This record gives sequence, structure tokens and C-alpha cells, in this order.
Amino acid sequence: MPAENLVEIRDLDFAYEDRPILKGITLEIPRGKVVAIMGGSGCGKTTLLRLIGGQLKPSRGEVLVDGLAVPALGADELYALRRRMGMLFQFGALFTDISVFDNVAYQMREHTDLPEELIRDMVLMKLNAVGLRGAHDLMPAELSGGMARRVALARAIALDPMLIMYDEPFAGLDPISLGVIGQLIRKLNDALGATTIMVTHDIQESLLIVDFIYFMSDGKVVALGTPDEIRASKHPFVHQFVFAEADGPVPFHYPAAPLAQELLGRGVYAQA
Amino acid sequence: MPRPDPEQGAMLSAISGLGRRVNDALQRLGFATRFFFMLLYWSGQSFRRLSLTIREIYFSGFQSLLIIMVSGLFIGMVLGMQGYETLQRYGSADALGVLVALSLVRELGPVVAALLFASRAGSSITAEIGLMKATEQLTAMDMMAVNPIARVVAPRFWGGVISMPLLAALFSATGVFGGYLIGVVFIGVDEGAFWSQMQASVDFRYDVWSGIVKSFVFGIAVSLIAVFEGYDAVPTAEGVSSSIKGTVVKSALAILSLDFVLTSFMFREA
Repeated sequence: MPAENLVEIRDLDFAYEDRPILKGITLEIPRGKVVAIMGGSGCGKTTLLRLIGGQLKPSRGEVLVDGLAVPALGADELYALRRRMGMLFQFGALFTDISVFDNVAYQMREHTDLPEELIRDMVLMKLNAVGLRGAHDLMPAELSGGMARRVALARAIALDPMLIMYDEPFAGLDPISLGVIGQLIRKLNDALGATTIMVTHDIQESLLIVDFIYFMSDGKVVALGTPDEIRASKHPFVHQFVFAEADGPVPFHYPAAPLAQELLGRGVYAQA
Repeated sequence: MPRPDPEQGAMLSAISGLGRRVNDALQRLGFATRFFFMLLYWSGQSFRRLSLTIREIYFSGFQSLLIIMVSGLFIGMVLGMQGYETLQRYGSADALGVLVALSLVRELGPVVAALLFASRAGSSITAEIGLMKATEQLTAMDMMAVNPIARVVAPRFWGGVISMPLLAALFSATGVFGGYLIGVVFIGVDEGAFWSQMQASVDFRYDVWSGIVKSFVFGIAVSLIAVFEGYDAVPTAEGVSSSIKGTVVKSALAILSLDFVLTSFMFREA
């Protein structure tokens, strides 16, 4: 009987040089669910995905994926684990020198000895799932932003991963593409029997498709709950986020000396 | 790292600035060394898929042929004219073939071909790897359990290492032809003397071999600089552009300084 949670993160600290990014994060991603991790820009969401994928090592704490402690894995074990993960990058990160078809076929060709005819069928099925079978001959430069995101999605699910991670899947999309991607994330998760972690700041779209939401701020989890709980939440941070208020617990101003003091020449620069 | 308190004086901050720069340079050198060993370690995997390296030989080697051969031809023609003008003062215009061949095979072939290779192929390797990094393609590859050093870096490195001696040889060959064209066809140096003196005086094991060794060493240097600069690029437009500049400048300095070192090892007093 496998553990109930596919991903478990306990008491995780991470710092870039001496700048702390994550400060004691604890969260669980149950199998089969779509979980959103939300927070303002620069709160460490993407860093969290990189820690789960083993691209960064935490300074303290545990990252377990399917029962494996990711930071302790050797190179071969880590690669074996990553073959069971799919990741969608913020700007797609498609390989620009090969076609849409070859992008989706990439992992199949790298990691399997399947005959080319079978790869062709599999690629076309993946592209069909994202509605772009007709675009398989195009080069990535010929795609619109929303199409590129869908191709990247097809590539991320090429090997039917157990865990799919999305880094800002909605960033920079028009409302139609945004709805399409949202629906795809939900449908693909359920069709593949996968587990999905989605890092995003698009609260409205997320509330429609996810099972559970974690809110992060300043390197910590500040709130969590199902979409219904989040909508009803009185938590000031969640409230600011859901109703998109400019100022609140997430300050409008980057930390600085008082304006008057700085204008009168006694600010941080004058002291230095 | 805490910055120094400005009240302790500009002197201290200048010293700590110097220290920081030395520190950064050493750290980068260490990273480059580690990168080189990783490159060698992962080369085995990329050799098992030879088609990747062959593709890079096509891109950096074959596609540099035109510039290499045209430049070789012009350099050879200039050598033909300059050499004839000097040699005929001493009544030894017959030795023109020797002069052209030795200059090219020992010195100009490897050095100029490597300089051209660095600016034609090296810069485009850096740009390609740097842009792949900036657009997260390398990270994406790594997340797909495909090692970017094995898949992207090693084939480009070996493609350059293999192409370089071949390009230098072709450069020298077209150069000799250029010298022949000017010296024999246009000026009228005796054709028999041109070729026979060349055959008699150019020693394969000494002259030709030293040129091959040089171009091989330059190939390693230029290819390593090109892939490292790309892999280590700051992932922004500005960072990639500064890496490309770095490839051209560092390659040129490496080629010319290594040429001096290699020539002094190969130098023999007759």
C-alpha cells in the first residue's frame, strides 16, 4: 500500500547564499489530487518546485516524493525519479530547434527503444489531447503563447508521469487560452491518474479546478484549504489575494526608509 | 557577505573589492575545471550516440568551410606576393614554395584558422547554449532526466575538437594553392622549383606534425571556452551577449598565448 501522500515536505528551509527563501515549509500533496500553491511573485513558489524536482538542495528539512527522500538521491536515482515526473515551465521551454512533434517525442526517443511508428502514434495522441494534433509540423517559433503552453503540456505528459508540476501555467495567457489550460490541467490529471502541483497566482482560475490550495507568503505557508474554505476565509492574506486588493498583509511598498527621510537626504543611500 | 562600513575608509573597500574579484575569478576557474571533468565524464554517453557529434561537426566544421577556404586562399595569395618581393631581392625566388608552405603549415594555418573558427563557430555555440539556458531549455532537459552536458555540451565540444585540425589543414592547403596561383601563374616563378623545393624542405614529422598538434590544442581550447561561456552565461539577453564577446576575446588570447608556448616547445636550433 503506497503512502497516501505522493509528496511530503516537512520543515523545509532554503536560502540562496545568505538570503532565506523558504522558512520552515510543511505541506502534503495527496495522490490523485490537483493542488495549487499560491502566493505573490517572489515568495518562493518556483523554488519549491525545484526542490521537489531535485534541482536544488534544501538547507534543512525533508522532501519526500513517492516515499523517496529527494535531496539524498544519487544522480541515477534522481534521473529515474524524474522520468516519472513531468514539468511545465513558465514560458514553455520548448526546444526551439526542433518541431512540435519532435518536442513531444523527445523523451520517448531519449528514454525508450520504442519503434518510430509507435512513437508517432503516441505523440499524435498526446497532441490530440491538447487539441494540437494539426500543429505537429510547426516549429515552436510559429506558435502563439497559448499554443506553446499546450505543446509544453503535451511534452510534460509524454511519458505518463505520476506527478505533473506546473510553474505559472496561466501567466500571460488570454482569457480563452487560460480557461483551456485550466480545463486541460484538471482533465489530464484525472485521465492519467496523476497528481498535480500547480504554482500560480491566478486565484480565480485555480478555485475552479483544484482540490486544495496552499497560500505562501514570505517563505512560509500562511493558509490552506479547499476552494470553498478559501472563498469563505477571513484570513487577511487570503482575503487580499482573493479580492486582489493592492495593499494589505502583502505590502505595496518594497521595504525602504520612510519617504520623507529619504527625500531629505537622510535615507539609506545618504547613510552609506 | 557583509559590505565594509564606509567609515572605515575607501582604502578598505578598494582592498575588499580586489579580494572579491580575485575570489570570484578563482571560483569561476574552479567551476570551469569541474565543468571540464564533468564534460569528459559525460562524453562517453554522448559518444554512444555518434549522430549527435556528427551533427555538430556538420554545423561547426562543414559550415565554416567557406570562410576558412576563402581566407586561406587570400592569405596564401598575399604570402605569394610578399614572399616573392622579399625573396627575389636575394635571388632566391625559387624558394617561394617553401616559404609559403612553411608559413602556412607551421604558423598561419593553425592560428588563423583557429581565430576564424572561434569567431564563426565558437561564438554561435556560445550563443546557442546561452540562449537555451536563458529560455530554460537546459533546465527542462535536466528535468526530463536528460543530462544537458551529455546531450548538448559534449557533442558540441567534440564536434569542435574534431573539426579544428581538419579546417586548419584545409586552410593551409588552399593557402598553398593561393601562393601557387600568384607565384607561379601570375608572377612566373618556375613551377618545378616551386613544388620540388617545397617537397624537399617541408618535413612531415616536424613541420606538418607540429601544425597538427597546434590546431588540435587550439581546437580543445576554443571549443572548451565556447561551451563553457554558453553554459555559464548569465541567463539574460545582456548576459548571453557578454558571453559571446567572452568567447571571441578569450579564444583569441588563448590561441595566441598557446601558440607562443607550443612554438617554444617545438623550436629547434638548426
